[in-house]
Amino acid sequence: MSIVTVQLGQCGNQIGREVFNTICSDARGAHGLCSKKENESYHDTCKERFFFEEESEVPVARAVLVDMEPKVIGQTLSMAARSGCWKYDGHSHFCQKQGSGNNWANGYSVHGPRHKEAIMNLVQKEAEKCDRLSGFFTIMSMAGGTGSGLGAFVTQCLRDAFPTSFILNHVIWPYGTGEVIVQNYNSVLTLSHLYQSSDALLVHENDVIHKICAQLMNIKQISFRDVNQVIAHQLGSVFQPTYAGEGGLLYSRNPLGDLMETLVPHPEFKMLGLRNIPQMPENSLAYSTFTWPGLIKHLRQMLIANAKMEEGIDWQVRPPRLGSSIPSGCSTNKPLHFNTSIANLVILRGKDVHSVDLGSFWDPSLYTSWLNPQDAFHAWKTPRAFNKYEKSASLVSNSQFLLKPLDNVVGKAWNMFASKAYIHQYTKYGIEEEDFLDSFTALEQVISSYTIL
Amino acid sequence: MKGIYDEALSSFFRNIDTRSGGDGPDIYKGKICSLKARALLIDMEEGVVNEILQGPLRDVFDSKQLITDVSGSGNNWAVGHKVYGCQYRDDIVEKLRKNAEHCDCLQCFFIIHSMGGGTGSGLGTFVLNLLEDEFPEVYRFVTSVYPSGEDDVITSPYNSVLAMKELNEHADCVLPIENESLFDIVNKIHQMINSGKLGSTVKQNSLVTSSAGSAKSVQEKPFDAMNNIVANLLLNLTSSARFEGSLNMDLNEISMNLVPFPRLHYLVSSLTPLYTLADVNVPSRRLDQMFSDAFSRDHQLIQADPKHSLYLACALLVRGNVQVSDLRRNIERLKPSLHFVSWNQEGWKTGLCSVPPVGHSHSLLALANNTCVKPTFIELKDRFMKLYKKKAHLHHYLHVDGMEQSCFSEAMSSLSDLIEEYNELDATKGGPRTDPSRLKIAV
Repeated sequence: MSIVTVQLGQCGNQIGREVFNTICSDARGAHGLCSKKENESYHDTCKERFFFEEESEVPVARAVLVDMEPKVIGQTLSMAARSGCWKYDGHSHFCQKQGSGNNWANGYSVHGPRHKEAIMNLVQKEAEKCDRLSGFFTIMSMAGGTGSGLGAFVTQCLRDAFPTSFILNHVIWPYGTGEVIVQNYNSVLTLSHLYQSSDALLVHENDVIHKICAQLMNIKQISFRDVNQVIAHQLGSVFQPTYAGEGGLLYSRNPLGDLMETLVPHPEFKMLGLRNIPQMPENSLAYSTFTWPGLIKHLRQMLIANAKMEEGIDWQVRPPRLGSSIPSGCSTNKPLHFNTSIANLVILRGKDVHSVDLGSFWDPSLYTSWLNPQDAFHAWKTPRAFNKYEKSASLVSNSQFLLKPLDNVVGKAWNMFASKAYIHQYTKYGIEEEDFLDSFTALEQVISSYTIL
Repeated sequence: MKGIYDEALSSFFRNIDTRSGGDGPDIYKGKICSLKARALLIDMEEGVVNEILQGPLRDVFDSKQLITDVSGSGNNWAVGHKVYGCQYRDDIVEKLRKNAEHCDCLQCFFIIHSMGGGTGSGLGTFVLNLLEDEFPEVYRFVTSVYPSGEDDVITSPYNSVLAMKELNEHADCVLPIENESLFDIVNKIHQMINSGKLGSTVKQNSLVTSSAGSAKSVQEKPFDAMNNIVANLLLNLTSSARFEGSLNMDLNEISMNLVPFPRLHYLVSSLTPLYTLADVNVPSRRLDQMFSDAFSRDHQLIQADPKHSLYLACALLVRGNVQVSDLRRNIERLKPSLHFVSWNQEGWKTGLCSVPPVGHSHSLLALANNTCVKPTFIELKDRFMKLYKKKAHLHHYLHVDGMEQSCFSEAMSSLSDLIEEYNELDATKGGPRTDPSRLKIAV
């Protein structure tokens, strides 16, 4: 089954290109460390999932590129073509000249309706090129105007036009110290709207990835390209082919469907965080060895202690004791800083995956009480190594990972809203104070739900 | 050898095919044939425009882009706004429309004028009104040269305050400029050059370093060098719209992020490094020093003190080989010494454009919405009141058809209201920070 990627705005397009790059170079790579048959199977599944194969030509990414100004799409298309390994369909893009001015209302209320037909036509074309459509993967930032506002509108259109397909929104959380002054407004409006039409929101925080670049990748002058490459690696580690169950003979066919089924048991909880280890500069890989027990131990502690990366994990945090007479749903006896999960998915790639003991992830104390650990935890594996890492472990988690960032963004947006600053810029395009209030209410609800886990 | 006409050039110029006579069709891609500025030159005297038409830019403007008269406005806002406004309205609209038709996508008007005289101030603000009426969707950025205290035009306070009302009501963004600051900057460049430190290499006889506008000739033609600084401001402001980068910042984004309330749209600009196009060989600074310089008063285009006032918002547009980590490191470093309003503690808007200005490896433009403009406006108000109380020169204005005493009192009140808005914000500075309580949700 295939996934159609919709790249929205500057961020969405810049990241999208890195994702296809990573996936393509991983699939073609000779570092699979597995049998030839395995490698071929992986390669074929990956191809079907992300690319459309044309005879004697390089594979064409299953993607629609959308932006309200032309420069980024222009660059994205040409950089892909220059790679020589893959490219975008030359017609599968839509752009305008004006940009959205970092204005969510402009993206949502003006550009959205105005360009709906053109954009959805492109999406329809890509969908029809798929033998079987698993669903849509949209990439956008929350901070700007196009990715956020037009992105929210397009997501709604996707839901309306494809009611039975899955929609996963990849959302970039901006740096805390602004890239855009009105980013908190744009974020609040985006998240509240996406929550209504999307199946799940997979989040990457710029601040976190930036730290990974600085402390784990040892990059001195970190550029957006560096950040995007780490994000692409992490996404690739989730979306490249895997086997769903033990003893599976075929690679999973429906990655998005499987993801939703395992991680989103309840529509109130759609915020997914992602962790991937190990992460290091490419030239250090040859000198490093990893053991699965070591990786699993770290990943589990990162989950429990809400560590954003493999350095600085707080080993003091422990899961709460079960078996005490506390009524379910009461959160007061959970130790501070303990990250409660609804559901977790661990993805393992590399040598000897089948020997890995994941028992520690089935510990019921990790999870909220209303789900059985058997239903709350899943593991996907493949012996085929990913992106030159001999062993790679990822965690996609529906837990309190994003509670604090969400609370921060809502808090800052509320603070600004109380002074009514910048509101005139939104009302100009038809987003009124009541719309803001609706969004705030919706997100406070989400915050509350995640808090009382 | 002619260059290529590309998107970047197309933002400011048309490319005309002159082979088929004077006014051929536009060429959208390919070699440069003949560039024509997307501009309208308006003056009620002929001297300045004639000089331009005889200079190196004569081919860039043609007669369809000019609106001139002979007698000037006599440093009288009312003559510029009411008399010439009325007289030339249709001509201006027609020429604007023609220019607009040649644009694929018209995003912004730049209005460049001075506040203290009659034409720039009066007719200029008339045109501003016109632009809002005829092209309501298109942004209006105004670069206004404000008169200094020792201005030799006696009526400049009247002209400026009358113009301010129009700027308050009809401009999206105003970049105030003061000649004093420009003069200081040019002198500073002069000193840097004379101190013998050489910077990056630009050929001495290239088009860029032609002798016009050189700081060396600062005594003979100070305005050329000073105006060059303003030109750099506009270049840097539009760089991200013209060239690629990892974090684009368009003009509409500047307006969106820097204007929290409609009338508070006056932005203090500062540029680094300082150079005029003729003197690009000024020494280049270390990257971090460049950020510090942008927050130094020496680099501002108006006399004001943002560090001791309140920031409502701040934008940094960086050009050249600068990455996001450089940007963040410097924001973290500079933040503690700046006061931001309580509801915008992280009020930074940033842009990264890959292409640096000619002859430099990087540059930075900072735009601040800061209450430090208040003293400038208060001074203007005081100078206005000094004249108005005595009714000095008032009759020159009231003689003009359509001009009444109420025009003055309304302009005055508009300015007072603006000052009051800044006062209210200043009052919040340094006060206790109590965040509003959040919405409570029923569980």
